[in-house]
Amino acid sequence: MPFIPHTDDDVRDMLKTIGADSISDLFDEIPGELLIDELVGVPDALSEMEVMRLMRARAEKDGAPLCFIGAGAYEHHIPTAVWDIATRGEFYSSYTPYQAEASQGTLQVIYEYQTMITSLTGLDASNASLYDGASALAEASLMAVRANRKSKSKRILLASGVNATYQKVAAAIAGAQGLVFDRLPLSIENGTTELAALGDAGEAPVAVVIQQPSFFGTLEQMDAITNWAHEQGALVIAIVNPTSLAVLKSPRQWGDAGADIACGEGQPLGVPLSSGGPYFGFLSCKQKFVRQMPGRIVGRTTDLDGKMGYTLTLQAREQHIRRSKATSNICTNQGLMVTAATIYMSLLGAKGLARVAQASHAKTVSLVSALTSIDGVDALFSGAYFHEAAIRLSKPVGPVLQQLSAQNILGGYDLSAHYPELANALLVCATETKTDADIETYADALRQILASQD
Amino acid sequence: MTEPLIFEKSRSGRRAFAQAPRETVDTSIPSEFLRDDVPLMPEVSEMQVVRHYTRLSQQNFSIDTQFYPLGSCTMKYNPRACNAVAMLPGFAGRHPLGPVSHGQGFLSCMYDLQEMLKAVTGMMGVSLTPMAGAQGEFAGVAMIRAYHTARGDHERTEIIVPDAAHGTNPATAVMCGCTVRELPTAADGDIDVDALQAIVGPNTAGIMLTNPSTLGVFERRIMEVAEIVHAAGGLLYYDGANLNAILGKVRPGDMGFDVIHMNLHKTFSTPHGGGGPGSGAIGVGERLLPFMPVPIVGKTGEGDDAWYDWLTEKDLPQTIGQLSAFMGNSGVLLRAYVYMRMVGKEGMRRIAEFATLNANYIQARLRAAGFELAYPERRATHEFIVTLKKEAKTLDLTAMDVAKALLDYGYHAPTTYFPLLVPECLLIEPTETETQDILDRFCDAMIAIIESARSGESRHKEAPFSLPVRRLDDVKAARNLDLAYKVPAE
Repeated sequence: MPFIPHTDDDVRDMLKTIGADSISDLFDEIPGELLIDELVGVPDALSEMEVMRLMRARAEKDGAPLCFIGAGAYEHHIPTAVWDIATRGEFYSSYTPYQAEASQGTLQVIYEYQTMITSLTGLDASNASLYDGASALAEASLMAVRANRKSKSKRILLASGVNATYQKVAAAIAGAQGLVFDRLPLSIENGTTELAALGDAGEAPVAVVIQQPSFFGTLEQMDAITNWAHEQGALVIAIVNPTSLAVLKSPRQWGDAGADIACGEGQPLGVPLSSGGPYFGFLSCKQKFVRQMPGRIVGRTTDLDGKMGYTLTLQAREQHIRRSKATSNICTNQGLMVTAATIYMSLLGAKGLARVAQASHAKTVSLVSALTSIDGVDALFSGAYFHEAAIRLSKPVGPVLQQLSAQNILGGYDLSAHYPELANALLVCATETKTDADIETYADALRQILASQD
Repeated sequence: MTEPLIFEKSRSGRRAFAQAPRETVDTSIPSEFLRDDVPLMPEVSEMQVVRHYTRLSQQNFSIDTQFYPLGSCTMKYNPRACNAVAMLPGFAGRHPLGPVSHGQGFLSCMYDLQEMLKAVTGMMGVSLTPMAGAQGEFAGVAMIRAYHTARGDHERTEIIVPDAAHGTNPATAVMCGCTVRELPTAADGDIDVDALQAIVGPNTAGIMLTNPSTLGVFERRIMEVAEIVHAAGGLLYYDGANLNAILGKVRPGDMGFDVIHMNLHKTFSTPHGGGGPGSGAIGVGERLLPFMPVPIVGKTGEGDDAWYDWLTEKDLPQTIGQLSAFMGNSGVLLRAYVYMRMVGKEGMRRIAEFATLNANYIQARLRAAGFELAYPERRATHEFIVTLKKEAKTLDLTAMDVAKALLDYGYHAPTTYFPLLVPECLLIEPTETETQDILDRFCDAMIAIIESARSGESRHKEAPFSLPVRRLDDVKAARNLDLAYKVPAE
């Protein structure tokens, strides 16, 4: 009986104390017609050895391809200590820290995490995390509607480089409360938001969202868009890559007044790719909006003896207190991922993180240079990028990617499948994990595929 | 012992060099985009980091170190193998946008998991993407709305929620653009069926129920409730928080539910991780199949010809959409899958049986010791409620005091002050993975605490004494917000 410790004697003794004849008697309040005899469709139990054998075989099937896909999830080296410590049972198997005295470890980790996130974004406050980057945009948008009391609009205007999937997710989550998401046009030349279109952007939005680096890897004119948004009476929501913030301007430094809310995907900070989750979304804001933040927040306080300690705070915003009037229905954060990210940032420090950012940028520059030296490959956009860039192939992208994957190379993200205006466009990414030899392997394979006659 | 902040251990110039790539000089990023300040992160050695976070971990209660009778949270043992599998390089390293040709192993696990969850719940379709129970609830209510809207039934915007419900239920209904109608509980702990009859009508979108309820009792008139709601044109939502109590014994689909969310981090033993990640897979009956959140894993062929692929909005044009950037908390789903395979068909039933046995055993022992039960005439399910309303008045012993005093005995507190309608309540859920002797020692601690209060002792007002900190000043925390460390001015 896996994971159930009872002996037959235990059961007899316990039933006697209860005053029941059998375990089935304990279910006598359930209408008999509802009880089933057998669970059809669930296989018999496997031993741990059998399950490991099965799962190793399945994991090996997926292999370890050479991956040049980014598009919102990034392969970085994760120091061994990160998950060694994060999966200690005391972190792994503890509950949400409602009982503060019994959860000081988790609470202090979150306080340290909040400190690191606010220093990366340059803003004043951070929550304890949300589910992922996409749902963080949904929550940030709902938060902006609550925070921007001067605006009556529920229109959220997205810069052209906001991840299209994030827009879909935000609309699915926040649409029921009347929020509408519109998008500014893309400059096909620069791969950034067409600034000339700002004058003609329609009804003044409640918030403007700028993703930096953009989904295309390019760097948006964040100062100009931020100032324009504030002139419209809109709040500015920044979607940022936390690794990039080690070198790029923090949202606080955008334009004259800075972004008001910053959010994004925390996965690059020590979380494995793992088919898309669990990751974590981060959310940070200026002090004046802190009471509109969704999710858990940890604060530092003192105990009965005046000793420093940590506790969940501002709980009056949350569903377990406010019920139907809560800022969000969110209950958990992504505690374990936040623990890993905090350990990751501590190991690297600001300088180490800047090295990861610079090395990723430099590798992508090498990659783009190697790929665009091939006949039939051009850079799609002019202008600066971080660690991801769009290229245009002389052939349709889909079949090329298939041929690459047959050689165990994942060549990038097919932009043309999602942006019809970007024909034959491929988004490629390299991080510090790619060697010059990896880049050469990719370039050689692509050269051959493009040169072949099919 | 309190542990200083990691920032307080920092020395300028000290770094964990081995963990960062070599310095790169080349940068083609124009200076207008570059920051000129350095973010606040510690400069510490690898050993300092390991020691710091190891010490912090030791300031936590956890299932691996303590008994955790936290009602409605199902804090059972998290088998180690589940984590080991999720961390296998082929799974942990797989990019979410990688082609399905490099994902057949992962996708086959997800497909099998969908099938097993259908079998366990008696539902016809499963989508694994919701990232926590609250997001599963969101998906469920959004599907109910989408169903009514697709039928042109635009007036159905009311969600009925029992007064004992978890706070996420009403919060979710509002997030989905619905209004909440609260339903009272009858004296015996079942929902008030007459009151339900009176509030259903042409505006009813659906009802959200937990069964067994958050009061720790099975809703005996569930079939009648289902009939009333269905007859009024509404749908039934099953909050899976308490699924552990009926696993392999009763299926929500057979009780008449149209949609269910499961908390894989409760019933299927994925880790709580100090507050997440959770995983809130949903199951639906026939009426809601077209509305499920995407992506879902589909399969063609059998045996060696089996091929797994994503089903997206192209396949489900009426879907409520995508709720995460990729495929929810995939790594958590893998852990749940491994757990279910190790437990197997027979093991599922035993989970419900032994979780129920353990709860009834504690209930019997505490009742015998003079604790007042909220529903003394009822069987405990996998959990039950003790109320201290009498002791709070006569002995100044509140639920909070007992919770804090238990910490000194090395037991995590039960859920306190929830459900809101039972005064001074402790909701106790031991789970099936605990031994009888732990349950006995927990009961002994509960009895010792109440005996101490009866003898006139008032130490419990200030407990805990043995933890890294004593009771914290929550008022101060909210009034003088200190949410991030600032380096003190020199």
